[in-house]
Amino acid sequence: MADNGDNDSQHRVNEGDYVVLKRGDIYKAVQIQKKKKTVFEKQWFFLDNAVGELYGTTFEVVTGGTLQPRKPKHVESSADAKEAGTDNRNILDDGKSQKLTRDDIETLKEQGLKGQEIVQQLIENSTTFRDKTEFAQEKYIKKKKKKYENSVMVLRPSCRVLAMMYHGREPGKICHLRYDTLALMLTLGNIHAGSKVLVFETCAGLVLGAVMERMGGYGSVVQMYPGGGPVRAGVESFGFPSHFHDTLHEFPICHVNALLAGTLDTEAKNIDADSGQANGDKSNLTQTDPEKAESKECSPDTEDQRMETSTSTDPAADKEREEREKRREIRGQEKKVKMEEKRKKLAAAAAVLEGRNADGLVIASRFHPCPVLLGLIKFLAPSRPFVVYSQYKEPLIECYTKLREQGGAVSLRLTDSWIRHYQVLPNRTHPMLLMSGGGGYLLSGTTVATDTLKMGSTRGEEPAAKRLKLTETTDG
Amino acid sequence: MSFVEYSEFIQEGDVAIIFLGHDSMMPVKVQQGAQTQTRYGVIRHSKDLIGQRFGTKVTCSKGGWVYVLHPTPELWTLNLPHRTQILYTTDIANITMMLELKPGSVVCESGTGSGSLSHAILRTIAPTGHLHTVEFHQQRAEKAAEEFREHRVGHLVTVRNQDVCKEGFGVTGVADAVFLDIPSPWEAVRHAKNAMKRQGGRVCSFSPCIEQVQKTVEALADEGFQEISTLEVLLRVHDVRSITLPLPDFGSDQPLETPTDTPVPSNASVLCKTTTPPRDMAGHTGYLTFATKPSV
Repeated sequence: MADNGDNDSQHRVNEGDYVVLKRGDIYKAVQIQKKKKTVFEKQWFFLDNAVGELYGTTFEVVTGGTLQPRKPKHVESSADAKEAGTDNRNILDDGKSQKLTRDDIETLKEQGLKGQEIVQQLIENSTTFRDKTEFAQEKYIKKKKKKYENSVMVLRPSCRVLAMMYHGREPGKICHLRYDTLALMLTLGNIHAGSKVLVFETCAGLVLGAVMERMGGYGSVVQMYPGGGPVRAGVESFGFPSHFHDTLHEFPICHVNALLAGTLDTEAKNIDADSGQANGDKSNLTQTDPEKAESKECSPDTEDQRMETSTSTDPAADKEREEREKRREIRGQEKKVKMEEKRKKLAAAAAVLEGRNADGLVIASRFHPCPVLLGLIKFLAPSRPFVVYSQYKEPLIECYTKLREQGGAVSLRLTDSWIRHYQVLPNRTHPMLLMSGGGGYLLSGTTVATDTLKMGSTRGEEPAAKRLKLTETTDG
Repeated sequence: MSFVEYSEFIQEGDVAIIFLGHDSMMPVKVQQGAQTQTRYGVIRHSKDLIGQRFGTKVTCSKGGWVYVLHPTPELWTLNLPHRTQILYTTDIANITMMLELKPGSVVCESGTGSGSLSHAILRTIAPTGHLHTVEFHQQRAEKAAEEFREHRVGHLVTVRNQDVCKEGFGVTGVADAVFLDIPSPWEAVRHAKNAMKRQGGRVCSFSPCIEQVQKTVEALADEGFQEISTLEVLLRVHDVRSITLPLPDFGSDQPLETPTDTPVPSNASVLCKTTTPPRDMAGHTGYLTFATKPSV
């Protein structure tokens, strides 16, 4: 391991990095901040010692809440010598086989015994352990390790890890989008570096982040958002380098119709880039521009009123008044600058969309997908893929039907993905006992040129055989 | 056109996908003066394809029409000439995500086979990544290299004609991810480990048989790999349909006007928009085993 540290730096944890903590199948996204207590799986610890270590390192949480890199496991060769039984015909499950009480175990923990040592104590104090079969012994050890181990792995964030985390911890936030369905969306959407992708999602930014990861900072992504402002909490967890954000635009859907009609004036000084009233969606208010909220509180009117009621004329009060005026001016200026910035962003996003030559469209939201798809598909160039996710099947049936009627898309497919995990052990290989019940549905397709001018005459051009096909009740 | 970058207009030398209708497509190599026969008639490349936009409707000689689509790895997977059994999009999508592939990734793959997964990998790792793909069958290796060149992705891939189990991938310490789709993947685990970066990486093995999976998992554990996990994915397709269900006639609850009259049956029915599953579906392709190489 005598490599020069420079090679490694991009593989090592730095302060300020966004990482994902892992224990077993539980994940949690956190930011590395020195001297800050982090809670994970009912344990409190400091992440300080992770800085400088390689990503993927496993740490032990020792008393005091500090992390210690774990030494590589040595193979337990003693397993062969262990005494074991042949089956469970004489084993009574009366709950009395473990001689250590809960208090005893707590005492061991307080003494600072490592997880492995506690497990060893449990084995020695179990009357039935040596009667179990080897398989049962292994299963017992695994179960106890899982309970008493306090190791934490520090992972680099990635779509894989974050998608599994969100699906395990907060599926409601991501419309119950399962990670394999997300994987399909990214592939069917042909998300790749250098393309121009439109994303409409209400999955806490996970889908947007996944798209950005596959773009690698090349090309551009336009996030279409409903309501007050784009939700991007999930994107932060990916820990993208800052230049990735240069390729990210946002555009409020309340201006989509105007943009399509050509009536959107992005030069107008009073254009409200964050109108939440258009569709009555106020659920994103937490993301509203904090500046706006602040300026509302400190509007010039209330300041004036306050000043009018002041009657004191001593120099101290005068000075205070002056300073307040100055602050008001500065705030006013800041507000102007912010508004102008927002207007510029809106204009930039509009410019990207105007050409109606986007390369891909990804939709994953709690909104009814039909109007979203029909509205946004107009921004796609011909021969480009689109993918629509919905937690439910019926809204996608509607999308399918409407798209068939209006034309402009081929290869429409309504699918859902089925996933099953396996336990693979010698003589004990089988699918896992619990399986995911569902991961949502996908509607995918490819756009084609719409020849609106020739709509009437196309039927006449088709040979007889083809015309028959179209009148069957089977759609597609 | 390239498989890693979109373009607007069809040019000579491009590969285009002709869409004929419901699940029916064919790949075409665009050439001046060439013609392609379809069931709707002839497509003349010079007149109908070159200079046209991808996605336009092309009318064929018999009067029928088709669409010309820009190639993507997904369309290629559905249309490529099979020289071996191939991987389909569902497995490919999960492999891509679980191996954490993205622009700049360096990937090692064996066997190349018909290049279905290879094209998908190239699309994801472009423009700065690289794919080292190993194929022990000489003709298949040559054909793959030829296709990569035609598809304008040759600069992103190196094809090696050798046996990965004996000679490895031809590179060491460079890969972010390794993929194995070979008869005896456990024999290549050590080579996979060596090909991967010292600081860690992801590995995936695809095997149709559970016995292969068992041996591979054991080999991975022996070599110190972590997060070993085996899964399988399947795609269920839902065919959208309008169905008419007749309603039963339980008759009137009022006595009949004339006892000898028979009640007139009603032909009421209900229209439902629903989906039905296809008669058959793919039930098994292979087991996917993933693992992480820990940093040493």
